[in-house]
Amino acid sequence: MIRRLEHISESDKNQVGGKACSLARMLQTGIRIPNGVCIGTEVYDEFVSSSGLREGILMELNRKKFEEMRWEEIWDAALRIRNKFLNTPMPAGIADELKGLLSSQFGHNPVVIRSSAPGEDAATTSFAGLHESYVNIQDVDAMLEHIRLVWASLWSDRALLYRRELGLNVETSTMAVVVQELVSGERSGVVFGMNPNDDSQGIIEAVHGLNQGLVDGTVEPDRWFVRRETGEVISHSPAARENAVLPSTTGVELKPLPQATSANPPLNPAEAQKVFTLARKAEALFHAPQDVEWTFRSKTLYALQSRPITTRSDATAEDKRPWYLSLTRSYENLKRLRERIEDELIPDMIEVADRLAEQRVDTLDDRHLASEIKRRTRILAKWEQTYEDEFIPFAHGARLFGQVYNDTMRPSDPHEFADLLGGTNMASIQRNEMLAQLAEAIRRNPVLERQLRNPDDATLDADFEALLNTFMDTFGEFTFSGAHSGKNRRHIIDLVLEMASREPVKKRFEPDRVKRLTEEFLSRFTDEKKEFAADLLDLGRASYRLRDDDNIYLGRIESHVHTAVREGRDRITARGHFNAARLEPREVARALTDSSYRPREAKASDAAGRQRKLRARQLLGQPAGPGIGTGTARVVTSPSDLFDFKAGEILVCDSIDPNMTFIVPLAAGIVERRGGMLIHGAIVAREYGIPCVTGVPDAPSLIHNGQQVTVDGFLGIVVIGKPTLSRESPTGGLSEA
Amino acid sequence: LTLRKVSEQRKILKDLFADQKLAVLATHSDGQPYANLMAFVASADLKSLFFATTRSTRKFANMASDNRVAMLMDNRSNSEKDFHQAVTVTATGTAREIATRDKKRVQKLYAAKHPHLKDFVSSPNCALMRMKVETYYIVTRFQNVMELHIGQ
Repeated sequence: MIRRLEHISESDKNQVGGKACSLARMLQTGIRIPNGVCIGTEVYDEFVSSSGLREGILMELNRKKFEEMRWEEIWDAALRIRNKFLNTPMPAGIADELKGLLSSQFGHNPVVIRSSAPGEDAATTSFAGLHESYVNIQDVDAMLEHIRLVWASLWSDRALLYRRELGLNVETSTMAVVVQELVSGERSGVVFGMNPNDDSQGIIEAVHGLNQGLVDGTVEPDRWFVRRETGEVISHSPAARENAVLPSTTGVELKPLPQATSANPPLNPAEAQKVFTLARKAEALFHAPQDVEWTFRSKTLYALQSRPITTRSDATAEDKRPWYLSLTRSYENLKRLRERIEDELIPDMIEVADRLAEQRVDTLDDRHLASEIKRRTRILAKWEQTYEDEFIPFAHGARLFGQVYNDTMRPSDPHEFADLLGGTNMASIQRNEMLAQLAEAIRRNPVLERQLRNPDDATLDADFEALLNTFMDTFGEFTFSGAHSGKNRRHIIDLVLEMASREPVKKRFEPDRVKRLTEEFLSRFTDEKKEFAADLLDLGRASYRLRDDDNIYLGRIESHVHTAVREGRDRITARGHFNAARLEPREVARALTDSSYRPREAKASDAAGRQRKLRARQLLGQPAGPGIGTGTARVVTSPSDLFDFKAGEILVCDSIDPNMTFIVPLAAGIVERRGGMLIHGAIVAREYGIPCVTGVPDAPSLIHNGQQVTVDGFLGIVVIGKPTLSRESPTGGLSEA
Repeated sequence: LTLRKVSEQRKILKDLFADQKLAVLATHSDGQPYANLMAFVASADLKSLFFATTRSTRKFANMASDNRVAMLMDNRSNSEKDFHQAVTVTATGTAREIATRDKKRVQKLYAAKHPHLKDFVSSPNCALMRMKVETYYIVTRFQNVMELHIGQ
């Protein structure tokens, strides 16, 4: 089960994985590596079997078809799985054996704990970097814990997605773990025995400090191109050498380099030569050009790992690993992204929306209106792309915080961290609070209520009128799938009347909960770590807030597209040839300039008989807001549905965007097709204590208006209809007619 | 979408019925539920489930006084994996003995799936039964339940 690296042979490969195997071979042929042991897959298998985790993981991953899961849902499932690993202690037998062995092997020396999954590092399936490694782990209990974390990384979202991409069966996945003494090298790097773009060359990359900074991209390396035959240096591109990753009390940290060190390249020519020789030795050993991680401790060169280079011919199947790796962004990377979003993108979006607001469309002639529709559609498309490329990745800020929070606090609810993220002055919350104020004003003033119910009554209470106007000015533009019309004022009045008809919803959490949780979290850190933890929380909050606000601003731009499109539709309908109400923007532009254009009739939906035949009785999603709620289904697919919503109904929709969160307090439960933990519906539902299930495939088409629906937000299931069986009356006698 | 969903569910049923030889039949006697393991075969249109019993059994007597029945078919492997992998189908409907004109055809269908029961199903005291299915309740992924109404 646990083998010293020097005792591992090729026949152990299925139990120790590729990484351990190649380390053992290097060691056995005289290449210096840090001493260590491998904890075989048998230990992992025993752990997941005896604890029941094995089936728990598979149930988590089989709540819906894997290919139907968005990556946010996979991430969500991965987070829950990781928490299961964190909260499942090792069985005493395994723990005792590991502890004894690890302390006799390493004493109090710090170690590195790395994954070595069978199948990893094979020439065709490179898992490099997909699983976790932990550097500078010191006492034996911490080692055991990090072994569990390495195991858990077998089930990270990126590892799962990558396996799916390669068509590997996740059910048979298993993992070995290598524990090695930490060699705190002063200079480290990666050497490529062959340049993938020029097979006459090799490449050496080197940094000061540990090579974690190089591998995860936070520290830029010096780079040498060398002749493969002789190892002679062809060229050297120096780096800025500003920072280095160094061991801290536990783990590693990024530190600025002293001037004296940064003035010098990490390697002199003789050392570069020595590093390249190492790559050639490894190549001779493994019969293929290698990519070798190495480090120098004083004058001694250590190989840290070696794996085959994925060459160009192997990469024809397009190696998407870099994309999966990019699913985890470093803290530094996210900080830069935040600056760009806060300082450039959001102000740009506001400016674009403001400029669009100034441009009237009713005064344009048909031809100009057609080009304006196209122009606005293009602007929207551009921002939607930006949203995909830059705003969505920034969600990783919340994820990074979530991971650190869960590691530190070990909460029984893996989503607890989300509660610390919300409530920080988001545009949608301001809007919802104003609506609550309007509703409260109605509750306190029956005369006002009577006036509002009678649309002809023009003189309203002045304070209310002022508040309503402020609301319309600030948020009147908000849209849901482009809802925007002169009826908005009436819609808002009807909505606040509906809100006023029930008691204000109490938020689930005590008011100081976020403060208390924040303090508890920060109290687990000391000194500069505390500052980092606070920064990370700040980043997480910004990430969550911006994802909310960007939706609002994108919604504003969208509403201007709709203003122009609606103007066009009205004009076309007024010509009297056909009703243009459902015409796509592209068709509207065309019909405006071509009066003979007739859209093709939309196909009638399939036979109603079929629909009656199949009924969903119980649908499985993800538990997103604890609680159980029963009510009548209201399927919201268009803006008008939104304003029809009645207090106490179950909201069923594709996804709640921030522009529709205002009806959440009215709902007795929420069912969303779209899944993921950071979706707005889920967080708002948690905040108000409303049962919520997300990620229910086809929910809006399988659930129909008026059906009784029970939302079980604990288990993540939705029950449709009443618990009765359809039945005929009892009949005696058995002969067929 | 609905068409796709319906054919998805029908495929689940067909695959299950092709793989599984045995089903649990539920009947009752004056409100006392009673369950038996039965060899079964399904019709291609999924409207009928066929099974056989001798006329002296309790289940036969139960059905004679109330022909409403349920059947449970599943593909469990009796391991942990069942919780994420197994498919379970409950059928509700009514059972009747097959009329003489259909008997040969159904016997052939039954014997094709259960060749070792050929003598049993053609013996004089054996009743070949047709359960006319009203509804299938199809359970996948531990808790996902779809109802397919097959009667009408």
